[in-house]
Amino acid sequence: MELTGAQALVKSLEMQEVEVIFGLPGGAILPVYDPIIDSPIRHILVRHEQGAGHMAEGYAHATGRPGVAMVTSGPGATNIVTALADAYMDSIPLVCVTGQVATSSIGTDAFQESDTTGITLGVTKHNWLVTDAADIPRIVREAFHIATTGRPGPVLIDIPKDVATSTMDWYWPDGVDLPGYHPPSQPDPAAIHAAAELLLAAERPVIYAGGGILKSRASKTLRDLVDLTGIPVVTTLMARGAFPDSHPLCLGMPGMHGNYTAVTAMQQADLLVALGSRFDDRVTGKVSAFAPRAKVIHVDIDKAEIGKVRRPEVAILADCRLAIEALVESLSASGPLDKGRLEPWIATLSKWQAEYPYTYDRSEPEQAEVTANGTGRRPTLKPQFVIERLRALTPPDTILVSGVGQHQMWASQHWAFEYPNTWINSGGLGTMGFAVPAAIGAKVGRPDRMVWAVDGDGCFQMTAQELATATAEKIPVKIAILNNAYLGMVRQWQHMFYEERYSEVYLSPDLPDYVGWAEAMGCVGLRVETKDEVGPAIEKANGIDDKPVVIDFRTDSMEHVFPMVPAGASNDDIVVHPSQRLRESEVSQ
Amino acid sequence: MTQDYRPGGPRHRLLSVLVENKSGVLARVAGLFSRRGYNIFSLAVAPTDDERFSRISIVVDVESSPLEQVVAQLDKLINIVEIVELHPDEAREAELLLVSVTTDASQRSQVIQLVGVFAGRIVDVGQDAITVMVAGAPDLLDDFESLMRPYGIAGIQRTGRIALPKLDTSASTATANIA
Repeated sequence: MELTGAQALVKSLEMQEVEVIFGLPGGAILPVYDPIIDSPIRHILVRHEQGAGHMAEGYAHATGRPGVAMVTSGPGATNIVTALADAYMDSIPLVCVTGQVATSSIGTDAFQESDTTGITLGVTKHNWLVTDAADIPRIVREAFHIATTGRPGPVLIDIPKDVATSTMDWYWPDGVDLPGYHPPSQPDPAAIHAAAELLLAAERPVIYAGGGILKSRASKTLRDLVDLTGIPVVTTLMARGAFPDSHPLCLGMPGMHGNYTAVTAMQQADLLVALGSRFDDRVTGKVSAFAPRAKVIHVDIDKAEIGKVRRPEVAILADCRLAIEALVESLSASGPLDKGRLEPWIATLSKWQAEYPYTYDRSEPEQAEVTANGTGRRPTLKPQFVIERLRALTPPDTILVSGVGQHQMWASQHWAFEYPNTWINSGGLGTMGFAVPAAIGAKVGRPDRMVWAVDGDGCFQMTAQELATATAEKIPVKIAILNNAYLGMVRQWQHMFYEERYSEVYLSPDLPDYVGWAEAMGCVGLRVETKDEVGPAIEKANGIDDKPVVIDFRTDSMEHVFPMVPAGASNDDIVVHPSQRLRESEVSQ
Repeated sequence: MTQDYRPGGPRHRLLSVLVENKSGVLARVAGLFSRRGYNIFSLAVAPTDDERFSRISIVVDVESSPLEQVVAQLDKLINIVEIVELHPDEAREAELLLVSVTTDASQRSQVIQLVGVFAGRIVDVGQDAITVMVAGAPDLLDDFESLMRPYGIAGIQRTGRIALPKLDTSASTATANIA
């Protein structure tokens, strides 16, 4: 069967069981868009290519399947680079197809030409410039294989226009032939044995669960390990939901804005069991002062992560789920475990949990202050309260998506996660503007779930044009803007570390008019200014399932995220909420 | 503080990297080094006897990052098939040197004599200089370079180190190989 390169590409995507492509056409990718009309694959037309990339990421986060994006050459390709970099940092499987100028024009500075494979070299797991239509099925098969196996990540296929229009004899390869690609899977039994011995001997162990738990679908297995050993768990920003917050041994999020117990447990631990986590600087704080007395067991599928930051006593190079299964099997073989030795440790942790929960000032100020620009009154609604109400009023399996900044930290802190893959955010790259498109992608992948995005006003403005996409494609996402009129996290740093000199962080609560924006894009727009309005607005939004909803929550701009470990400081120097500081000095005496 | 900047010194470690012979592979390797802040001291690349593969010999400056981390990151490149570190004790190393040495007539015979000692070859002769080619172990070339320096070096180009593992010369293995 003779097909054009474009037809072969679309057919190859069908062979990979792709159900949806997020994209936007243009000159060089035009030939590929023609056969899309006849394909059963759904195409979602975005308003900006970055949106296509983040939608594909949100889809991948929510479903565990690779997200697919398709854009044109030049600016189309460069616009999606941010999303590729984001997916690379957070190990999200993504297949991005870009158009390219004809092979005869490559290197001539042709219209809409860019060196796409060169530009994306550092932000993809691998990429291909296709020079022969006959290579397309093979490359597509390789692309999906590489994106989804080992440590997942984004890949990119760059297709010149003439390759898309030339013909080839259709075939579908039996498998892939990649002599340089052998991702690890099963753990070394000797390493498992050594890890089991450390686990049995530890008196203050902590499981440090990272995003690898979700990637390897190891949530259930992790629970088996915890139930067997009684070891408490911290879940990193990328692993929220990988272990239920309601479990008595869940300590929550560690790191710069993690809770006191999670941070301090790691500092005091004599054993850290790192499962698919990578000792990110936002978790470790000052590395030389991080968990100084802990031995480390490090399970990772990426050899380059093992020993990159912290040299482990036991390294297990394997798929996280298979390694945990082997560990559970090894530990079970020696009969029931004595959890009694952990009792003093668990008691200490429980004491910390009782003394240092996440907290905020629940009483609203008597008098609203004048805002920075002097034109209005400072709202008194607490952002944390909004998230608490949102959690209480939505189904337990609601998918929560966030952007980057204060609202992201509050969302991670104050939302109780019960299920894996219900938390979607930009962890590694910290991409503002992630939430709206990622929420759309998540809702496309899981139409059965309620999808809420908690966004900041700064983030929202970066990608909110995709609400038009959501309306046009009937994707009923719900967006809660925590509108504090500032680039809040930057403002917090300027407050704490730059003597309250606020440089270029004020955005205004009214510009743009978020309700007007929502309505202009075909969404329902609501505004909430007081505590009493919060619940009814959320309930109203929950009842709307035929169009997107945006709620503009006017929140207190003075609110800070606590606890906080200042950048570069030791985790021992964690700064708790002001209301807990007196107690802290009592405790230390 | 004196640091050993000589090839073969502890700062420099030689990796023999087998790669798929595909376009852009060298850019992937070089790009990885630059974006992760690793330093390349020298690099030589050529196809192997199997046209599907090329071999890149990279001398890595391990001052910037531990070799183990460099190797682990390199290994993640899909087109890299195999990475072997060749220790100087376990490898036969070679490098090629071209050097133009300024010599007046009075010194020329001394230079030619040294070229003979190092089994070099004179590939060009001018009024005030000669160009010499020397091949051999990298430390030998270092010595030759130092000996030429007093005469004046007008231009120099080295290829970077290439190497293969030493062959096993023990009798039993040899027999097994023949069998």
